[in-house]
Amino acid sequence: MVKVLAGRARQVARAGSGATIEMDCEKQSVSGSVSQRACTFCGSRVVLYPIADALHLVHGPIGCAVYTWDIRGALSSGPELHRLSFSTDLRERHVIFGGERQLEESLLELIERHSPRAAFVYVTCIIGVIGDDVNAICRVVAERTGIPVIPVQSEGFQGSKKQGYDAACTALMSLVGTGEATGISAHSVNILGDFNLAGEIWIITEYLRRMGVEVVANITGDGRVDDIRRAHGAALNLVQCSGSTTALALAMQKKYGIPYQNVSYFGIDDMAAALYAIAEHFKDPTMLARTRELVAEEIAAVLPVVQECRAGLEGKRAAIYVGGAFKAISLVKALRLLGMRTVLVGSQTGSPDDYQYLAELCDPGTVIVDDSNPAELSSFLAEEQVDLFVGGVKERPLAYKLGVAFCDHNHERKLPLEGFVGMANFAREVKASVCSPVWQFAPRHQVRAVQEQTCQEVAR
Amino acid sequence: MSPSITDGSRVPRGTPARSTSSTNACQMCMPLGACLAFTGIEGTVPFLHGSQGCATYIRRYLISHFQEPMDIASSNVGEAATVFGGEANLRAGIANVTQVYRPQLIGVATTCLTETIGEDVRPMLARISAAAGGIEPEPGVAQPKLVHAPTPSFAGTHADGYQVAVAATVAALAEAGETSEVVALLPSIVSTEDLRHLREVADGFALPHSVLPDYSDRLDGVAIARYEKLPRGGTTLAEVAAAGHAKASITLGGLVTPGVQLAGEVLAKQFGVPALRLPLPIGIRLTDAFTDVLAELSGRPAPDWLVKERGRLVDAYIDGHKHVAERTAVVFGDEDLVLGLCVWLAEIGITPAVCATGGRSGKLVAEIDRLAPELTGKVRVLDDSDFQVIGDAADAVSPDLLIGHSKGYPIARRLGVPLVRVGLPIHDRVGAQRVRHLGYRGAQDLFDRVTNALVEQRQDKSPVGYAYV
Repeated sequence: MVKVLAGRARQVARAGSGATIEMDCEKQSVSGSVSQRACTFCGSRVVLYPIADALHLVHGPIGCAVYTWDIRGALSSGPELHRLSFSTDLRERHVIFGGERQLEESLLELIERHSPRAAFVYVTCIIGVIGDDVNAICRVVAERTGIPVIPVQSEGFQGSKKQGYDAACTALMSLVGTGEATGISAHSVNILGDFNLAGEIWIITEYLRRMGVEVVANITGDGRVDDIRRAHGAALNLVQCSGSTTALALAMQKKYGIPYQNVSYFGIDDMAAALYAIAEHFKDPTMLARTRELVAEEIAAVLPVVQECRAGLEGKRAAIYVGGAFKAISLVKALRLLGMRTVLVGSQTGSPDDYQYLAELCDPGTVIVDDSNPAELSSFLAEEQVDLFVGGVKERPLAYKLGVAFCDHNHERKLPLEGFVGMANFAREVKASVCSPVWQFAPRHQVRAVQEQTCQEVAR
Repeated sequence: MSPSITDGSRVPRGTPARSTSSTNACQMCMPLGACLAFTGIEGTVPFLHGSQGCATYIRRYLISHFQEPMDIASSNVGEAATVFGGEANLRAGIANVTQVYRPQLIGVATTCLTETIGEDVRPMLARISAAAGGIEPEPGVAQPKLVHAPTPSFAGTHADGYQVAVAATVAALAEAGETSEVVALLPSIVSTEDLRHLREVADGFALPHSVLPDYSDRLDGVAIARYEKLPRGGTTLAEVAAAGHAKASITLGGLVTPGVQLAGEVLAKQFGVPALRLPLPIGIRLTDAFTDVLAELSGRPAPDWLVKERGRLVDAYIDGHKHVAERTAVVFGDEDLVLGLCVWLAEIGITPAVCATGGRSGKLVAEIDRLAPELTGKVRVLDDSDFQVIGDAADAVSPDLLIGHSKGYPIARRLGVPLVRVGLPIHDRVGAQRVRHLGYRGAQDLFDRVTNALVEQRQDKSPVGYAYV
């Protein structure tokens, strides 16, 4: 039996127990639990990172900037300023005497060197403690340089990524509405919560183009400052990765009356549902017809791949541990399409509703976890005899060490998994790992083979 | 005897006027180094006293290099603890880690946040580990030992953090006693393959030794059937204790930010252990210096296999020398590694025209000058550097190749020259654990890789395309 820390007992449940599951989630990680979560800074950094023509300056000692240098596969079709790692690189003297001058000089120097369209200043843990007035410096530099200089209140200790998402949304809200919003079609959207990993947003914008929908701003994959400034002119906000940008959608709804829709672009079902929802929103019969045609065409193209991969995957057992629960939900469905059964599903930042939905969606007995850790995940992998683990970099060695196949579904991936074509990529990726011949040498399988042999002998 | 690192200041520092800000840092933060060091002690859980992100970022960075599970606990200091102090978080965290991992030791490294709010961790750990009033592990679970390494990111680099943690461990756990025959080897950050090779070489001299720390098993482990919360391997606590009455200590590398104390210095000061200090044994000259010391300490000559490895290396140098003659390289990374690589490059005829590091010992220029005097006047040394500065310097010298870690790849790509990957982090190739840098064997690998990179470059660019080079 997997041992769970007493403080986490109500963050682990099983589907199918009948009654509603009551996850004690959305709370600070238990000290010493080796959470897979990151911090507030990380949340802000990942949301704003793909804005390619902005300067992203991390105000603090060097570490926070180092670990977020060019780590996402967020592509740009133009400028690539986001791929550089800028830091004020605070030293002991700044901690003692304050870092305001260092911040001001850094901003002026970097804005002159790179001519960005805006600058984001990420506030790290110690900035408030040493008493820097970041807002004041940002105002001064904005006046001197004529570009928006936006503080992001992302001190790591505030909590998990969720608080960082909110800080990023606040920062984005200060840009939205500052540009000219004329000449925008009535059938227009902003794409929120897609980060253009491996060019995914281009898959989605191509679908939208074929449907006759105009995209005003990508927020933030392949994002541009000037697009975001006029995002208030769009007729609808599409919100993927609901955890990260729902706050922005709500704020835009309140201030500009723009409705929003939650969508997921992962898997055939959810992708098609997203496109139909958009077409229905605009109540345009020709758009709906075009969408039907598009969906039929795209599904016809990928189904053979899915069928072929399914042959090798039928009946295999999968585990999912990802950042957001919305993605986990899509993954359960996508794996089902591949004939696989999800036996463990969890996320870093899911809400009670998300987990309840997962409990209803998954087969009875599926383990559901919130804010898990290596000790728990590894124990579940072994206990549930998992064949495939879908997660991020921190989960990968847990899987590999135990001889379990792995699919990277995190922001470092270089393979597009969104859209219909993404489902084909996902199927191929999963098959390539699960059906690799290397597992025959993994001790786990050798142990199992010996056990099975012994059972057969006993039976005889 | 062999050359030891001295505080030479006869050569002016090579640091150019740098920007106020940093662009693409050529260093990592102090807590990362501390976590790596603690992972090299048997039964130890690295524990960061700070906010959650530090542990997670560092885990991800090290996992991507070593491809191994890397558990780092965090006290998860939040808003309230930032204002009122984090002792309760620290206590709860240590109790939970004790329950889940049953460690022998928890290595607590402080972060920017907890150092800035002025957490006085040592007395906290004393209270937490007190027999009465401390944490109460379940029956049958032993109370782990607790060690504190102060490692705020603003005070140094990952290389400093590593040394701080090793020094803190011996300061807390080494024990005085009757002088033994054991020599304590204290390497700076090297690959897991290097650690194994150091042991092999010392064994070759039949020299009783300990390697401190030794993460070669934990960070380059075998595939397993059942999950181990605390992977086996590492320097045992008995070995750490015995370092206090070792015959001698040999620090390999140890270029650090002024003010950082090395474990060898602690052992000398607290326990009177004779301290020897050498550069990392990279290339023939620096490995000779190391093996000379081992021969002297063991009273034995080098084993036959090692003599032969050296001989084959000399033979290989001669066979390949024309491919590398008069080429230039840009070298970057940890100071100890850069120093060793520069001295090695000089002995095969490649000029390391730019030697760059994010480290700030201020001694790199003098060390290169002392150990490879033939390079005097030919190299530009960049201390406390970042990749903006390194890129500009590389543009100015148009090198034939780059030698350093993965983060220099954008420069190599821009210049259209090969990057031979060494050191940490290697995030874009498999086998970072197995890269050999040290000893004659390491030099052999480096020589083959560098030479072949240059041969391949020439072959690929040749209009003829000979398959016979």
